[in-house]
This record gives sequence, C-alpha cells and structure tokens, in this order.
Amino acid sequence: MSKYQVNEAGLYGRFGGAYVPEMLYPNVENLRKVYLDIINSEEFQKEFKSLMIDYVGRPTPLFYAKKLSKIFGANIYLKREDLAHTGAHKINNAIGQALIAMKMGKTRIIAETGAGQHGVATATACALLGLKCRVYMGAVDIERQAPNVARMRMLGAEVTPALSGNRTLKDATNEALRDWISNPEDTFYIIGSAVGPHPYPDMVARLQSIISEEAKRQFTEHTGKALPDYVVACIGGGSNAAGSFYHFVDDESVKLIAVEAAGLGLDSGETAASMARGTEGVIHGSRTMLMQTDDGQITEPYSISAGLDYPGVGPWHSYLHDIGRETVLAATDDEALEAARLLTIEEGIIPALESAHALAALPKLKDQFKPTDNVIVTISGRGDKDMATYIKRLNP
Amino acid sequence: MKNRIDEMFEKKQNLLSIYFTAGFPALEDTMPVLRGLEKAGVDFVEIGMPFSDPLADGPVIQLASIDALNNGMCIKKLLEQIKNMRSEITMPVILMGYINPVLHYGIERFAADAEAAGVDGLILPDLPWDEYVAKHKAMFDSHHLHFIPLIAPQSPDERIRHIDSQAEGFIYTVASAGITGNIKTSVDYRTAYFDRIRNLKLRNKAVIGFGIKDSASYKHACEHADGAIIGTAFVNYVKENGTSEEAIKKFVSAIR
Repeated sequence: MSKYQVNEAGLYGRFGGAYVPEMLYPNVENLRKVYLDIINSEEFQKEFKSLMIDYVGRPTPLFYAKKLSKIFGANIYLKREDLAHTGAHKINNAIGQALIAMKMGKTRIIAETGAGQHGVATATACALLGLKCRVYMGAVDIERQAPNVARMRMLGAEVTPALSGNRTLKDATNEALRDWISNPEDTFYIIGSAVGPHPYPDMVARLQSIISEEAKRQFTEHTGKALPDYVVACIGGGSNAAGSFYHFVDDESVKLIAVEAAGLGLDSGETAASMARGTEGVIHGSRTMLMQTDDGQITEPYSISAGLDYPGVGPWHSYLHDIGRETVLAATDDEALEAARLLTIEEGIIPALESAHALAALPKLKDQFKPTDNVIVTISGRGDKDMATYIKRLNP
Repeated sequence: MKNRIDEMFEKKQNLLSIYFTAGFPALEDTMPVLRGLEKAGVDFVEIGMPFSDPLADGPVIQLASIDALNNGMCIKKLLEQIKNMRSEITMPVILMGYINPVLHYGIERFAADAEAAGVDGLILPDLPWDEYVAKHKAMFDSHHLHFIPLIAPQSPDERIRHIDSQAEGFIYTVASAGITGNIKTSVDYRTAYFDRIRNLKLRNKAVIGFGIKDSASYKHACEHADGAIIGTAFVNYVKENGTSEEAIKKFVSAIR
C-alpha cells in the first residue's frame, strides 16, 4: 500500500473523510464496503478493460509533440484523453462507476455536471448499459451549455435544473446529493470528479488511473526509459490529475504538477484556485481546501473553463500539496487561451479550455527544464465544446 | 445544573418543537421569534444557523438560509443576538447547522460561546456520529451541550443501537427518506418505521422531524414517539405572516 494513498479511515492525512448526514450514511457505507472487492474482481476488470478498449478507444495515444518540445526546451509528450469517446477522460470513470452500480443491483443513476462533460459521459454509459439516468445541472449552466444538454437528452437522460444557490456546479452537486438522500434504495450517484465523501475520491482515482497506467508503459516504449521527469495536469476537482498522477506518485523522482484555474488572477477575487487561495473546510462530504468566506460560507469560484469552476478540490490533492508531493501552479484565463492557441497552431490539436491550463504551465516551467527532461502533459479533453469561447476570445 | 432538555423530558410528553432560521425574514427577527415561540407554549426550539450549501434541506429552508445570509446572519452575529436570552427564555434551545461554518468559527470556541449563551444542544447533521464521539464528545460534554444525533428509515437496527448507546438528549428521528419539507412516503410506511424504532426500546427519547407540518402529522408523530419538530411549515408561515407574537401564537395553536 502506497504511503500516499487513502487510509482505512478514509483519510488522506487530515483531509478526506465522509462528512455526510445520517440519511446518506448507509448508502456511502455500503459503497465503501464493496467498492474495492468489485474493482479488484476479475469479472469487473475484464468488463471494464474490454469496454475501455472496444468502446472508449483506449489506449489513448502518448504523442511526442516535436514543435512544443523545441519551444519549451524539453521533450513534451501529450497524453491524448481528448481522443477518448465523448471527448474527454470523464468516460473512464462514468463507465467504471456504472458497472459498479450494476454489480450493486442499482437501476437508477444520478450525476451532477458543470459544463456537461461528465453529464454526457454518464448519459452515454447509461445508454450503453441500459440504466435510467438523471443529470443535475445548474440552471445557469443549462443555458450556457445548450449543445451538451441536447446531447444528454438525445442519449436518453433526464436533465434537471438545479435552481438553488448560484445555479452552477456546486448547486448541481447539492441537488444530486439531495436526490440520493430521497432515493436511497434503487439509486447510485456517479460523482464526476475526485471529490465527495470517502470512498468516492479513491474510487474515481482508481478508475481514472488507467491514464497513468497507459502513459507509464507508453513512455517506456517511446524512450526506453522507466520514468518521465514531470507529469502535468490541470485541476478543478482533480479527476484527470488523480488519474495522471496515480501510477507515478510512488516514483519520487517524478515531479507532479497540478495546474489550477487562476481565473482573472490569483488575487483578483475572481479565481478558482482552491489550493493557492482557499482555506481548509468541508464541502460535499470531504475535508479539503476550498473557497469560502470568513464565516465559512462557500463562495462561487470563477474560471473561463467551466470544468475547473468548482470551489473545492479533491482531498487527495489537498494532501499531496500539503506534504509537498504535488506542486500546484495556477494559470489565468488569458494564459490558458494563449496555450490553447499555441497547441492548435503548432501541433494541430484544439484542446479543451481545462486542458489548456495544463499546457499553460509549460512557459512557467521553461526556465527549470533541462533539454534532456521528459514531460508528460495530459490533454484531458478536446476543444469542440469551447469553440464559442475560442471564437469570442481568439478571433480565429 | 441539569441540562434543560433532560429536565423537559422528565416533566412533559407529546413535545412540540419548532425550527426556525436565524436572521429570517429579517436579521433582527431571531429574538422576537424565540420570544413568540416561548409565549405560544412551544416546548423547545431549534435555531437554524444558515449555510450556503445545506444539503439536507429542501427549497424552503435553502431559500430562507440564503435570505438570512444576505441579511448578514453569521454564527458570530447569532451568538451575540442570543447572548442574554436566558433572562427571558426558559425552554431548551438547540442550535442546528452544518459543520463547515462551525469549524471555521472554531469548534471549541463555538461550544464555549453557545454554553455561555445558555444553549442546551447542537444538531450538526454532517458531522459523522463516530467522529463526534472520537474527537468532540468530551469537549461538548464539558460545555454541557447535548449533541443530538439523527437517524433515518434506512439506518439499520444495529446502527441505531450503536448511536443510542452513546447519545444524550434525544434522538432526532427523520420521518422518511428525504430532505426537509419533502416527504413522499405513505402514513403506513412511516408508522411501520416509527414502530420499528419503538420496538428497539432505546435508552433515549425519540422526537420525529422532517415532514411534520400540521396538527394531523404532529398527532400521528406523538402516537409513535415522544414529540415532533416542525420546520419548513413554520419557516413558510413567518415568511407569509411575519413574526409578531400574535402570528406565532396563531400558528402554534393550530397545531395543538
């Protein structure tokens, strides 16, 4: 067992835990008791891996970005989660949790979504596996992400607006938890990020760990070397970063770089950088770093990227950051847009705005790169969903 | 001194409790509502400490919480408002809220200030029972505060017994699977569940909450437990009818 992983009490150091009302306790406890046995079973692994290969299109490539490498003075490899079915890494977790739900005898799935990527992934998994699906989405997000709402509905999911609070991702998550309280018997809640009460952060990390499992093997195939020097991923709740770091975390020589959304700037008051600017607290069932007022009221974050626009961060990341195993950087809206432009023009890949934040770390790391350094950057998703923003901001 | 909650259970039956959100409808309504409820003969109260993300609450209490926060309510303000309440309020007072604002205020400082104000108990639904027992019980006990646990229909018997064996004050029996103000199960379902709890022969008294909204549901609850808590219906009522003593009295006398 890795010293960096969750302990038996569901804690990562002082972070994590399961801060849920008693009404949710039996659900969360049932899941905690069975999730490892299910995930580690031969039957689950066989079904999960075969869907990852034949349906999702895995393994996703690890691509040597020659021109970026020249620009930044190190060997840059891109882990292409943007090429997965539905356009982002979210599908790995959605299919994995849907399979777990079926093993537990659950027939109804609920999920929360911000920009709609996790909602689309969950609706897709439910269509494939024949499960009833309801997705909670902030009323504000439903308006600004109309194409993804239409995709979810076409896939047979019911999209329910969250009308509380600021009507965005945080409120959609509250609504999904309330639904789960009201429907404890037939319903499974598929959380989209590495957040929530234990065992969710660990379960999501394990299901996403296929990213680093492949990347590690592919890196050795490319280079003949065992390990890269850096692994870089963007971080909102932290699912793609968890998956990208998972199989490297015990390799102490590998620098793990998580890139938060600084929004308009770390000190602008309009930011989503929970680790750089947040404080400790409890959100959605776990103790972690989050954006809150002096009175402990959770505040609305800001980022140009809807997928990073979450006031908390997964407890594993709070812990890895706290003990110094994970380095946290932040990229502003403008830096992310520039990074997206550069990747598009130099390598012919239009990244999601979330992934553009990971790429925006490269200019910040340039001065410390040695020419022999090998760097893996996870491109968590493709940019099709962000074209409206790119058209507005980059005037292509 | 004996905790007022324990004293109450020794003397009274068929308890009626009301929940209201601090600082709602107006910031300075906390004390007038408390006064009105005592005069109307309510047995004990829960004062809700508003939180931005109240995940066990339905739309009515969510909206009241947002209004209260916008009015400027916070833990510090609430504790100031009720600082001298014991010069006029004799019934037990319980503070109910979520763990994050309390952690931010400082959990020990919170307990000390609540005790100083004459608070008798706390309900923090998202502080897990076992963590409370392991990390906070001794401290709360030293401040003479009962930490009231919740149980729900989906709680297994052994879980309920486990909680009961360590709990003091009473057990807050959540009437059915659901959030506050949103109860959709049948009376038969609830009766079977209340009887299951009764047959466990718990050490602690049981008070039923969530979905109690009128005289009929209050009486039904009292047939199966030691009392009932009304929240959403009262929050709705003061929003419509204001917080005058007369208005509050009218609400309470319609219940019993």
